[in-house]
Amino acid sequence: MKTLIKNGRVINPKTSFDEIADVVIAEGKVIAVGSIPDGFNAEQTIDATGQYVFPGIIDLSARLREPGFDYKATIASETQAAASAGITTLCCPPDTAPVIDSPAVVEMINHLAEQSGKARVVIIGALSKQLEGSQISEMSALKTAGVVGVGNGLRQIKNTLVMRRALEYASSHNLTVFLFSEDPWLRGNGSAHEGAISTRMGLEGVPEIAEVIAVARDLALIEQTGVRAHFCQLSTAKAKTKIARAQSEGLPVTVDVSAHQLHLTDMDIGDFDPMYHVRPPLRSIRDRDVLRQGIKENSVSVICSDHQPHDEDAKDGPFSVTEPGISGIDTLLPLTMRLVADGVLTLQEALASLTYKPAEILGLNLGTIELGATADLVVYDPNAFWTLTPETMQSAGKNSPFLGWEFDGKVTHTFLEGRLVYSHT
Amino acid sequence: MSYRHNLQLTADKKLRHFLTIQGLPRAVLCEILDTAETFSHVGQQAVKKVPILRGKTIVNLFFENSTRTRTTFELAAKRLSADVLNLNIAASATSKGESLLDTLRNLEAMQCDMFVVRHAQSGAAHFIAKHAPKHISVINAGDGRHAHPTQAMLDMFTIRRHYSDFYPLKVAIVGDVLHSRVARSEIHALTTLGVNEVRVIGPKTLIPTGIDSLGVHVFHDMAEGLQDVDVVIILRLQKERMEGAFLPSEQEYFHSYGLTAEKLKYAKPTAIVMHPGPINRGVEIDSSVADGSQSVILEQVTNGIAVRMAVMSMTMGQYTAAGGAA
Repeated sequence: MKTLIKNGRVINPKTSFDEIADVVIAEGKVIAVGSIPDGFNAEQTIDATGQYVFPGIIDLSARLREPGFDYKATIASETQAAASAGITTLCCPPDTAPVIDSPAVVEMINHLAEQSGKARVVIIGALSKQLEGSQISEMSALKTAGVVGVGNGLRQIKNTLVMRRALEYASSHNLTVFLFSEDPWLRGNGSAHEGAISTRMGLEGVPEIAEVIAVARDLALIEQTGVRAHFCQLSTAKAKTKIARAQSEGLPVTVDVSAHQLHLTDMDIGDFDPMYHVRPPLRSIRDRDVLRQGIKENSVSVICSDHQPHDEDAKDGPFSVTEPGISGIDTLLPLTMRLVADGVLTLQEALASLTYKPAEILGLNLGTIELGATADLVVYDPNAFWTLTPETMQSAGKNSPFLGWEFDGKVTHTFLEGRLVYSHT
Repeated sequence: MSYRHNLQLTADKKLRHFLTIQGLPRAVLCEILDTAETFSHVGQQAVKKVPILRGKTIVNLFFENSTRTRTTFELAAKRLSADVLNLNIAASATSKGESLLDTLRNLEAMQCDMFVVRHAQSGAAHFIAKHAPKHISVINAGDGRHAHPTQAMLDMFTIRRHYSDFYPLKVAIVGDVLHSRVARSEIHALTTLGVNEVRVIGPKTLIPTGIDSLGVHVFHDMAEGLQDVDVVIILRLQKERMEGAFLPSEQEYFHSYGLTAEKLKYAKPTAIVMHPGPINRGVEIDSSVADGSQSVILEQVTNGIAVRMAVMSMTMGQYTAAGGAA
């Protein structure tokens, strides 16, 4: 469909573009920004006066719960929620059931995503068979099936020799490795950041060194093997500092942080509220501030949702026996925009961390509005006030510590490859 | 950050649940001690009963076995003339919220007035207080490593019987602070009541990170830590601590941190020795000290009943009394 988005403030971080302009879409591509080509007859015109137009968001970590956990959420429900939140690409970690360690599971997810058609779903395959950390997965077959990288979900490859070989093998097949690094012994059964708060509450702590030591090990292996690697959901200042030093020495590693880590700390847990039970745990104010700074410095380049929708039972119980995770699709953009309102990030920095930077990590030619680009884009009203409630949340999982938060901007239209997949009316 | 109201207090600051010492005002703690004082004579009467909770039903909801604690709660309830129901729910490590909620729903149907809860998970008593019907008061009889507030208050009661004022006192808590809900509640109680100094003594493996933020001084050596203290509280050492690489052996622990007559000499000669029980003789405390003249361990047991009577009588029906305003 030929679409004209008129008069919006077009913000494209990749080209540092920020001007009032028309965007013209045809055949799934952006065919003009600024002036309307001669003879173009729009079949659909959207007046974006007073609104922002920016590239569709790419979420590097979203659990869609299918296959295996469709009582929590489904690919259909979560891609629909993504579209309403301005997210056009979702990156799905391998810890589904069955695990994404064979082309068959990749095909199944692709099929379900195509049926939905509301958002692009890209897949991170398993780094080890069954994520068990003893045998490396069939990465060549997974690559042929179309995975964008490999990783081990929240499970750790404890055996350093297996880890070395897994990284060597991934590197041989030119696959990016997505790492969630956490020492399993130091983590133990911890459920909250080890510190004054966990001590006071009598919750077993997850020390910051659980992340620091695992990141240090993985950095050494990345350097040794030459694999392209990305650290997922970093939570501590010390690990960020270690990675930033490696980056400055030329190691091509990238980092993402989940949106909630940039807003909440362990002090928010309050009276054992299980909505704040998340992995890695909410850390200290200092960790939060250093991670925020990391985005400004680009040592942390991406903000993701770390979306983990849950059913009600998963969060019914004493804090540490509840399942960790926050349903984050609905709040990824609002929480990132909140950082702009709070003066932490510029609008360009904020949107860069959601669009072209994650696209680069995935090796996808997305996340930009320029001539010939895939027409994934969002129209956003910066003056639409709303409150997050179970009703306004579109994800099937209502487990959010941000329920009751007020936000002052909302997606009004989302385009996926030129197709209108969400409109607020 | 949004204001969170204190789950334990009614709008007019009356104790509605007793879940943790943390966040309770000094006045409430003093009221518990004063009320306990009025009940302490009941045990000496020929008829050991007062009719305060006649017609009320109290459920001892024990997800973790503890005959001693359950018995003192039962005795306290009976001396207040309440009906008591004991439910021992074998708590496997995997005891999930689902079954907890199911149990609660079943109990609701029995029209009880109070739950006394013990559970292996920190925060379980809070969870139950949040989910139980509003007219039910919840008393925490120990949740995970979090809190054991009645134990802390009976210890405060015992201390007050030996010292007229809390202000000048130096108190040392010795042992496995990391895993101890008793220690956490005692620290909150002692700092709220305004003692001069609270110390914790133990090896680094058993002292949790950030404990100093609770207002205590940390020592790793008994000679230094016990210097001039008025009260020594010895914590129980669980045998499973040898397995998790917290300690090499009971013998070595006793050598470094076990309270012997010799080590007790570092404390003031008038110092009292306390232990929440049950005692591991020859592990955390030597028999000669446990049974010695400075030991008040058996007094603690006696005082436990009066303090639990006080807490039960204070919390019972407070929600209704306050017109449901909480």
